[in-house]
Amino acid sequence: MDLALLILTTIATAATPLVIAGLGEHVVERAGVLNLGVEGMMIMGAAVGFAGAVVLDSSFAGLLIGSLAGGAMAAVFGLFALGLATNQVATGLAVTIFGLGLVGLIGQPFVGQPRPPIGSVLFGLDAVVLASLWLAVATAYVLKRTRTGLILRGVGESHGSAHALGLPVLGMRWRAVLFGGLCAGLAGAYLSLVYTRFWSPGMTAGRGWIALALVVFAAGSVRRLVAGAYLFGAILVAQLHAQAGAIGIPSQFLSMLPYLMTIVALVVLSLAGRRGAGAAGSLGQPFVPDR
Amino acid sequence: MIALVPRTAISRRREILTPLIAFAVAVALAALILLAMNRSLLVAVNVYLIEPLASAWGIQEVLLKATPLTLIAVGLIFAVRANRWNIGAEGQFVVGGTLGGWLAIATHGQEGVWILPAMLIAGMLGGLVYGLIPAILRNRFGISEILSSLMLVYVAELMLDFLVRGPWRDPRAFNFPKSVNFDAAATLGPIIEGGKLHWGIVLAGLAVVAATLLLGRSLFGFAVSATGEAPRAANFAGFNADRLTLAVFALSGALAGLAGIIEVSANIGQLQPSISQGYGFTAIIVAFLGRLNPVGALVAALALAVLLIGSETAQIMLKLPFDMTRAFMGLLLLCVLTGEALTRYRLVWK
Repeated sequence: MDLALLILTTIATAATPLVIAGLGEHVVERAGVLNLGVEGMMIMGAAVGFAGAVVLDSSFAGLLIGSLAGGAMAAVFGLFALGLATNQVATGLAVTIFGLGLVGLIGQPFVGQPRPPIGSVLFGLDAVVLASLWLAVATAYVLKRTRTGLILRGVGESHGSAHALGLPVLGMRWRAVLFGGLCAGLAGAYLSLVYTRFWSPGMTAGRGWIALALVVFAAGSVRRLVAGAYLFGAILVAQLHAQAGAIGIPSQFLSMLPYLMTIVALVVLSLAGRRGAGAAGSLGQPFVPDR
Repeated sequence: MIALVPRTAISRRREILTPLIAFAVAVALAALILLAMNRSLLVAVNVYLIEPLASAWGIQEVLLKATPLTLIAVGLIFAVRANRWNIGAEGQFVVGGTLGGWLAIATHGQEGVWILPAMLIAGMLGGLVYGLIPAILRNRFGISEILSSLMLVYVAELMLDFLVRGPWRDPRAFNFPKSVNFDAAATLGPIIEGGKLHWGIVLAGLAVVAATLLLGRSLFGFAVSATGEAPRAANFAGFNADRLTLAVFALSGALAGLAGIIEVSANIGQLQPSISQGYGFTAIIVAFLGRLNPVGALVAALALAVLLIGSETAQIMLKLPFDMTRAFMGLLLLCVLTGEALTRYRLVWK
């Protein structure tokens, strides 16, 4: 019983960054924007969050600062992809490359440092895990049941029609992109402050990209997004245990698992007849209001 | 509020000036980062921009670095022009190096003029097949080629890591994770005896010429651009989008694989856990900085190669990690994209 609970807690810890970053990108893509900068925003949150926590001697403050750092990176993305209508794929890639480089400079003094004690943030199962599930419920509610959510989805489905109806296409997209950045930053800060408990460059190891794949896998449903994130959390945990347990499979093959499983999950989704389901109609297309 | 107003005509001069201005702005932004980090700008300019070009040795190293960047970028130009996103060139580079390198290890101790050409072909085939995977996944299952090609980068790197630490490790290398040193028969030699400039540079030049002809003078080049710019019109014209996806991925994969085996055979001389310094990702920036034009990519590759050589000195002289260069690459791509936007739109205050 205790063991089962322990395993479940570990899986939840591994899944939570994916849940949070995935929810953020889900909202962004519902609004019709494809932000491939998730990996960059996440690693920025991990580095700046960790640095903030050490400097201020508070892991809670670190989570907050990390989240804001992710938001700042999203603002950079928005400035170009929304403000100047640049190609979203290339802009997202640029944000990721820039982020991966900049964190090496920011995080340099903090390599190998211990994080400050997490204090009141932990109650057995830590608060962020619970908060991420609340965030999932709230996101699903706002998207499905509120006027804001309806406008956001409308803007994503057809920005031309939304604009013709007088809806604020770019305003809505800006809010979605910033929300996505705050989420990715928080996910990154959680990774360095709670999950690994230290900072090392490249620590996100493609989790931002897996979060992007989860959004595709979710095909428009928050419930599937959370389920997918926990499935991946389980794979990440199983991989770590198999490596520690020395079961005869070379560690490199176990490390490949999350990446290969991402592709397998998308193939399964397609075989289940949901090819391209749920993607917003205007996804990835820049919008320039004609007047 | 600032609004974007489309320009009615795009001037030729602006098209050429745009990447130059973008480069200058990115350098200025990087200077701000350096100032924030309390580094001397004078030393930085010298280390990054002047020193690599100040000696014959430096220029030689720049040409060597520009070779893989040019080869990969030329392939990526086809993919980007067709609006397909191959961001897994890094993985195709690694697979090309691995497969070609395997041939060198398997023939270790043998002589034969066939070995080197066979290695180059194996490298190209490796990259080609590995590049086709995302294309097939896209055509058959509708999976975003962006995600699958990137995931396969991690897989390729881990595979190489496994091979050189396991089955392909040189038993006499004192447990170092590396393969045997390649024989002379498996080494892409220098153009001039005793020099370092190897025949890969010639191959990169040939690739630029071939790509220019293919893009500007062939039906295939037209199909690529048509599919990228007006997919529906291209469809009506009878161009098969699925087949074109396969073609551009095969082409960019093969060139990345060729770059990989050239790097392994001519520069590294053995297989080791890491054979690339992110060439596959840098080449994406090269392709954009070169405005998706093969000759432009060649110029852009040379420019970025200067910085890459400079960043090696900077690690010692300025105690700046390679991350500084990577951050600059991201900034540069953002500046290039801004330049593109400003050639198409005017900014108007409203």
